[in-house]
Amino acid sequence: MRAAVTALHLETRDVADGGVEFLLRGELTLATAQTAWPKVVQRATDLPEGALRRIDLTSVERLDGAGAAALLALRARTSTPARPVELAGARPEALQMLQLYGCPSQHQCLKGEPQQMPILEQVGREVLGLRAGFVEIVDALGQLCVAIARAVRRPGSVAWRDVPQLMERAGADAVPIILLINFLVGFIIALQSADQLRQFGASIFLADLMGISLTRELAGLMTAIIVAGRSGAAYAAELGTMRVNEEIDALRSLGLDPLRQLVLPRVVALTAVVPLLTFLAMVIGALGGMLVAVTSLDLTPTMFATRLQAAIRPLDVVEGLTKSGVFAAAITFISCHRGLTTRGGAAGVGRSTTGAVVTILFHLIALDAVMSTLFNLLR
Amino acid sequence: MQPAPQDGVKIRVRGLTIGYGGVPILRDLDFDVHSRGIFVILGGSGCGKSTLLRHLTGLQTPIAGSIEIAGVTRFPPPVDEPPPFGVSFQTGALFGSRTLLENVALPLQKWTGLPAPDIDNVAFARLRLVGLGGFENHLPAEISGGMRKRASIARALALEPDLLFLDEPSAGLDPITSVELDDLLTTLNRSLGVTIVLVTHELESIFRIGTDCIMLDRDALGIIARGDPRELRTDSSDPRVHRFFNRLPAGA
Repeated sequence: MRAAVTALHLETRDVADGGVEFLLRGELTLATAQTAWPKVVQRATDLPEGALRRIDLTSVERLDGAGAAALLALRARTSTPARPVELAGARPEALQMLQLYGCPSQHQCLKGEPQQMPILEQVGREVLGLRAGFVEIVDALGQLCVAIARAVRRPGSVAWRDVPQLMERAGADAVPIILLINFLVGFIIALQSADQLRQFGASIFLADLMGISLTRELAGLMTAIIVAGRSGAAYAAELGTMRVNEEIDALRSLGLDPLRQLVLPRVVALTAVVPLLTFLAMVIGALGGMLVAVTSLDLTPTMFATRLQAAIRPLDVVEGLTKSGVFAAAITFISCHRGLTTRGGAAGVGRSTTGAVVTILFHLIALDAVMSTLFNLLR
Repeated sequence: MQPAPQDGVKIRVRGLTIGYGGVPILRDLDFDVHSRGIFVILGGSGCGKSTLLRHLTGLQTPIAGSIEIAGVTRFPPPVDEPPPFGVSFQTGALFGSRTLLENVALPLQKWTGLPAPDIDNVAFARLRLVGLGGFENHLPAEISGGMRKRASIARALALEPDLLFLDEPSAGLDPITSVELDDLLTTLNRSLGVTIVLVTHELESIFRIGTDCIMLDRDALGIIARGDPRELRTDSSDPRVHRFFNRLPAGA
């Protein structure tokens, strides 16, 4: 059992030429330093420069590594080239500890101050980082195109065997959540619109509103957001973990292209299942709207369905499904790219996953805006 | 197996400068790895051993210089060709979602036209060779670190390469497992004629199996010694080499 800890005490003594000597008494250890040491440092800091001449350690009963480091740092901070502070009277064990933690030069005893970067430099670095990020994305897209070309030339080099399982995970397993969310979205939009339409005697147009908004925009976008959260995050985490575990390097060392082994099967699987999920989302969203129409607007299911059929044009469905295919490709590309460029262990995998989902969400909205504009020009 | 070049040189490295982001950590390396030898890349921590191995295996592109394996330059790395070597990584780098058998079978599925049952038999034989018979249906997470390293060697041997790269194969292993691994490498080298290049700083292992070596130094940014490790231990006049081989701390 350890003996009771003796607290650290400081006495000061004036010496010749206006100098001061510190006399430490007790234990200078991690335990005692927490309370007493800041006072010692404060006393030393309050003295004029070069006034502290000597720290007497004769009465220091115990000195551990933390105490030695603190003592050496204090000496480094208070010493001047003309008047170095002397550590005197240390007992053999304490002297051994001081030698163990000793620094070749005074400067090396002190941790460097964190450098504050000027704001202009920070802005410059951020801009350069954006440029580097853009170049990286273009490079990754180029590599993907090369991989697609090589896959066309040698279809056997793609891991097609993984595609059915990936489709099941991203598609079939996502059906319940897609149905639930899109039903509720349809229901909520119909509920919010029903009152307004009733006031103008335009209740029947709820079907038009639901049909157009679901097919052109909402079903595709909501499905893509859910897929980004489920499959996008999973792809980034999965590939990121493979990257930090050197599995990607292992693939390359076996002569296998990670893009054709890991990325292309995911692109194919997601691009195939997301439009199907989107179609389901369109149907279930319309059913959510129909429920409101029947319960709140006194419309019959037949009236709603007939009006819905009249409102939706084939191009609306094509628009929704085309968008969902593009969304799927973007989700896979961004999440796989983030995963394959992961650095820094478990924390890096976490950063890649979060970064992938945020980047995907931004790009989904941006792509939606671009494609909506293009389809509007077509109409 | 590929035939060794006439001069018996399996790997020829000339003027190789390697590093990260254009900043060299090793400069102007020149060395040859002879066929059927066990070549050790050694040096202190952080001197660039593993980085050199990554360049030799084509996982990183050098800043300058050339690497030839069996007379064929490796940069840019050839596309859609089975590699003429096997690589075993420091951590094993087994595919975590595949069983040991599936890990070893993967290169066979990709690069041979063998029917599935034959691939499984070959993969199983590789696992038995490294002492992992009976563990073929285990996932990498279900076996010990030493077993993962052996499984990684089995995967590296899958395509019957005559050149094997190993990154710190015995690091973190108990002495008995470490000796067993050395014995396995010696067997592969002597019985199958596999040229082995390994990165390590395990002195016992170096003296037990190494036939040739280069020693890298972080401050010198290059090779400070080369030759038979046993001879270097006794004959080298370079204090850095002497300290390394005799486990002497700096200043001793």
